[in-house]
Amino acid sequence: MTVYVYGVAAWLLLVGAFGIVRSHDLVHAVVSLAIAQSGTYVLLIGVGFQRGASPPVFGSPARHPNLHVVDPVVQAMTLTDVVVSATVTALLLAIAIQIHKRRGSTDPDELTSIEQ
Amino acid sequence: MSRRIRLFLFCTAAAAVGALCLLAFFDMPSFGSTDHPYRNLAIPAAVAHATSNVVSAVNLDQRSLDTFAEESILIASVLAVATLLRRADDERFREKGGGRVIDSTVLTGWIMLPIGLVVGLDVVAHGQLTPGGGFQGGIVLGTVIHLMYVAGRYPILRRVRPLRPYEWGEAFGTGAYACIGIAGVFVSGAFLDNFLPGGSFGTLFSSGTVELLNGAIGIEVASGIIVVISRFIDQAVGIEPVRDDMQSGCTSSHTTAAGDDV
Amino acid sequence: MLVFDHGAATLAPSAIAVAILGAPVLLVLGKLVPRIVLDVVSITFAGATVGLCAVVFAASSSGRVVEWVAGWAPHKGQTVGIDLVADPVGAGIALSAACLMLLSLVYSVRYIDSVDGHYHSLMLLFLGGMVGLALSGDIFDMFGFFELMGAATYGLTGMKVEEEASLQGALNFGIVNSLGAYISLMGIGLLYARIGRLDLPGLGYELQGHRPDALVVCALCLVLTGFLVKGAVVPFHFWLADAHAVAPSPVCLLFSGAMVPLGIYSAFRIYWIVFGGTIPLGDMRRAFIVLGVLTAVVGAFMALSQRHVKRMLSYATIAHGGLFVAALGCMDAAGTAGAFLYAAGFAGVVGALFLIAGVLVDLHHTMDEHELHGRARRHPVLGALFILGALGIAALPPFGTALGSAVSEAAATGLGYVWAPALFMGVAALTGAAALRSGGRIFFGIGVDPGRAPTPTTASDCGTGEGDVPDATLDRVPWSMATPIAVLVLGALSVGALPSVRAEAARAGALFVDRAGYIRQALFHSHVHVSAFPVANWSAADLGAGLLSSAAAVALAAAAWFGRSLPESVPVMRHATGVMRELRSLHSGRVGDYVAWLFVGIAVLAGLVGLPVR
Repeated sequence: MTVYVYGVAAWLLLVGAFGIVRSHDLVHAVVSLAIAQSGTYVLLIGVGFQRGASPPVFGSPARHPNLHVVDPVVQAMTLTDVVVSATVTALLLAIAIQIHKRRGSTDPDELTSIEQ
Repeated sequence: MSRRIRLFLFCTAAAAVGALCLLAFFDMPSFGSTDHPYRNLAIPAAVAHATSNVVSAVNLDQRSLDTFAEESILIASVLAVATLLRRADDERFREKGGGRVIDSTVLTGWIMLPIGLVVGLDVVAHGQLTPGGGFQGGIVLGTVIHLMYVAGRYPILRRVRPLRPYEWGEAFGTGAYACIGIAGVFVSGAFLDNFLPGGSFGTLFSSGTVELLNGAIGIEVASGIIVVISRFIDQAVGIEPVRDDMQSGCTSSHTTAAGDDV
Repeated sequence: MLVFDHGAATLAPSAIAVAILGAPVLLVLGKLVPRIVLDVVSITFAGATVGLCAVVFAASSSGRVVEWVAGWAPHKGQTVGIDLVADPVGAGIALSAACLMLLSLVYSVRYIDSVDGHYHSLMLLFLGGMVGLALSGDIFDMFGFFELMGAATYGLTGMKVEEEASLQGALNFGIVNSLGAYISLMGIGLLYARIGRLDLPGLGYELQGHRPDALVVCALCLVLTGFLVKGAVVPFHFWLADAHAVAPSPVCLLFSGAMVPLGIYSAFRIYWIVFGGTIPLGDMRRAFIVLGVLTAVVGAFMALSQRHVKRMLSYATIAHGGLFVAALGCMDAAGTAGAFLYAAGFAGVVGALFLIAGVLVDLHHTMDEHELHGRARRHPVLGALFILGALGIAALPPFGTALGSAVSEAAATGLGYVWAPALFMGVAALTGAAALRSGGRIFFGIGVDPGRAPTPTTASDCGTGEGDVPDATLDRVPWSMATPIAVLVLGALSVGALPSVRAEAARAGALFVDRAGYIRQALFHSHVHVSAFPVANWSAADLGAGLLSSAAAVALAAAAWFGRSLPESVPVMRHATGVMRELRSLHSGRVGDYVAWLFVGIAVLAGLVGLPVR
C-alpha cells in the first residue's frame, strides 16, 4: 500500500514531465506542468496521513490535546502551495496567450525566434 | 534533436529516475503510520496560543515566514500576469457585445453571488477556528464575483470591478502582513511574533495575530485572483489589434501605461 | 530598545521584509506619481535592504547569526519554527545581491519603461526572494523563496510582450525552473517522511551517521535538482542562455551575479548540513567535480561560438558556474573560500559587461557582434571598461577572479587533482577571449570586418529578433548608466586587491564547511571555535597563472580578429567544428528538449552518487 500511494505521486510527476516533452501545444505543456506538481501534493498529503485519525481542528480546549490527528504541517505546506501554484500557472498561461497573439501558433516546437 | 530522439532520451532517463524513486519508496515509513514528530510538537504549540485550527496555527504562527514567502509569490505572479497581459502599443480596448445566456444561468448567477460572498467571508473570518482561512476564503471571494461574467453580465462586472482598488487591496494585504511582522520586532523583538493576547480558545477573538494575518491574506488573495481573472477576460473579450498586421516592426515600442482598466 | 537588545539577529528577517514591503508600496504609487518618484522609492527600499544586510554581515563575521523567527526557539533540539542562519557566506551573498539590485535600479532609471511601477515591484520581490534564500536555514522555506525568485523573474524576463523572443525565453525559463522546483519539493517530502522535520540543522542532526539507503540518495538527488537547475549546471543549464538573451540588461546582471551563484550555494549548503553526515564525502566530491568540469567545458566552448553578446556572456556565466561547482566540490574550506572569492569577482566583471551590452542596445539596436563591428568607436571609455571587464573574466590579477582562481586551484591540486590549474586557466582564457573578441570588434573595430548586415531599418532585419528593441534611444551614455558599470569593475578589482577580503574569505570558507558547529549553534546555542586555514599573500605563481590565462585570452582573441578560419588548415578542426555544431544544435530553444535533458541530469546525478554508495 505504501509503495502504491507514493508510486502514484511519482507517476503523476513523470507523466506530467512526459506531457511537456511531447507537447504540441503550449497550454497543454503548462497544464502538464500543473499535473507534475499535483504529484508532489499527493506525496505530501500521503506522508501526513494516519489511519483512523481525525482532522487537526479542535472544538474545545484541553490540557492534553488529542494527538491522534493527521499531520497538520503537510496540510499547511500543501494549501499555501496550491493557491500559489495557481497563480504561477496563470503566469505561464499569460505568456502562452501572448505567444499565440504574436505567432499565431502555440506549438512549442515551432517557436524558433531563439535559436543558435 | 528530433522528437523521436528526444522521447527516447526522456523515457530512458525517466525510467532510471522512476526506478530510483521506487527503491526509495520501499524504504519509506508505512502509509498511515502513527509516527509524526512534527505534529506532536505543533499541536501543543497551537493550543498554547489558543488556536483551534492547528493548520492555521502552523501556517500563520509557527511557520509564518513561509506563508509570508508564499503570499509574496502570489503578488509577484499577479504583478507578472498584469505586466504580461497589458494592452500593447498596437492594441486597443473595445468592448464586444455579450453572447446569449439562458435565463436559468442568469438566475443562478444572481442567487449564488450573495451566497458565495457570505461563504467566502465566513471562511476567511473563521480561519483560526474551523478549516479554512485566508487562502481558501480568498479564492472563493475572488472567483464568486466572476459569476457576473458567467451570467453574461460582463458590463456590470466591469463597472463593479474597477481594477485599481483591487490592486490596492492586494498591496494592502501584503503590506499589512509585513507590517504586522515588523510590529512584532518592535513589540517583542522577534519578526512575526504572535504578540497579541490569545483570547479564549474557540471563540472568534482568539489566537492573537493569527486572525489578523488571516484577514490580510484573505484580502490579498481575493484581490489578486480578481486582478488575474479580469486580465484574462479582458484579453479574451476586450482587447483587439489596431492594425491587421501584428508586427510592431523596429520602432522603439514603448508600451502604454496600462491605464486601460476602468 | 528591544530591537537592539536582540542584536543583529532580529534584522535578518527584517531585511527580507523590507525588500518585499517595497513591492506593495510601489504598486500603490505606480499610477499616482511620476516615474522619478518610483525610481527614488525603489532605490530607497533597496538601499535599506543593503543597510540591514550589511549589519547582519558585519555581525556574522564574528560567527554565525542565528534567528528563530517569531521566537520559536528550539527546546532541547526540538522546534516547530523556522530558522535563519547567517554565516559569512550566506550573509555575504545576501549583501552582494542587495548591492547588485541597488546598482540595477540606478541603471534602470534611464534604461527601462517601468509599466506603472510593475518593473520596480517585481525587482524588489526578486530581491526579497534572493535575501530570503541566502539567509534561510529551513528547507521548505528555501523552496518558498526559490519560487518567489522564480515568479518575479519570469515576469521580468517576459516584460517586452511585443517581442516574441522575450516570451519564448520567459516560457522556457518558467517551465524548466518550475519543474525543477517541484522535483525538489518531492525530495523535501521524502526527507520529511523519514525525519519529520524541515529545519536544516534538525535534518542534519537526525541524519547524522545514518546509513545512506535508497530513500536518502533519492531525496538528495531530487532536492538538489531544483537548485542545480537554478545554478545552470550542465545538463540543467539550457534555459539560462535563452533567458539572458531576452531579459533586460539590469535583470541579466542579477541573473549572472546573484541568482546563478545562489543556486549553486543552496545546493552545497543543503548537501553540507543535511546530507554531510550520511552521504560519504568522497562520493559527493566526485559527483560535483564531474558536473563542474562538464559545465565549465561546455560553457566555455559555447561562449566562443556566440555572435550575440548577451548570449556569449551567459555561456561565460555557465562556464564559470562550473568552475565554482568544481572548487566547492573539493569539499573543504580552501576550495569553498576560493569559489566564493571567484564568484564575487566574477559578478562584478560579468555584470559590468551586461550593463555595457545594454548601453549598446540603446545606442545601436542590436546585439550581434558582427553587426556592431566598429560602431561603438565613439565611446572609448566604455570600450576601455569593456576590455578591462573581459580581462577580468580572463582572470587578470588583481581582479577578484584571479585571486579566487588561484585559491581554488591550490585547493584542488592539494587534493590530487593536478589537472585543475589547466582547467581553471583554460576556461578563463576561452571565455575571456570570447569577451575580448567582442569588445575589440565592437569598440575598436579591430580585425577583419566580417561583413556587415544591413542596418536595421528594414522590417525583416529588426535587431536580432531577440528582445533587443530598446525602451529608450540614447545619443550619449547618461551617468546613471555609466556609474554602476564603473562601480562593478572597481568592486571586482577590490575583491582581489584588498587584503582583508582574503582573510574574511578564509574564515567564511571554514565556517561554511563546519557542519557540526552549524547544527550545534542553531539547535543548542553552543558556540564552537573554528580555525581558518592560513591565508597567503599573492604569490608569484598566482600572479603568473593569472597573467598566463590573460595572455592566452588575448592571443585567442587576436587569432579570431586577424587569422583565417582554422578548420580549413587543420584536419582535427574539422571534427571539432562538427562537434561544436552538434553541441550548438542541442541548444535548440525547445522546451521539450530541455525537460528531457533535465531528467537525464537527475539520472546522471543519481548514478554518480548512488552507485558508489550501494
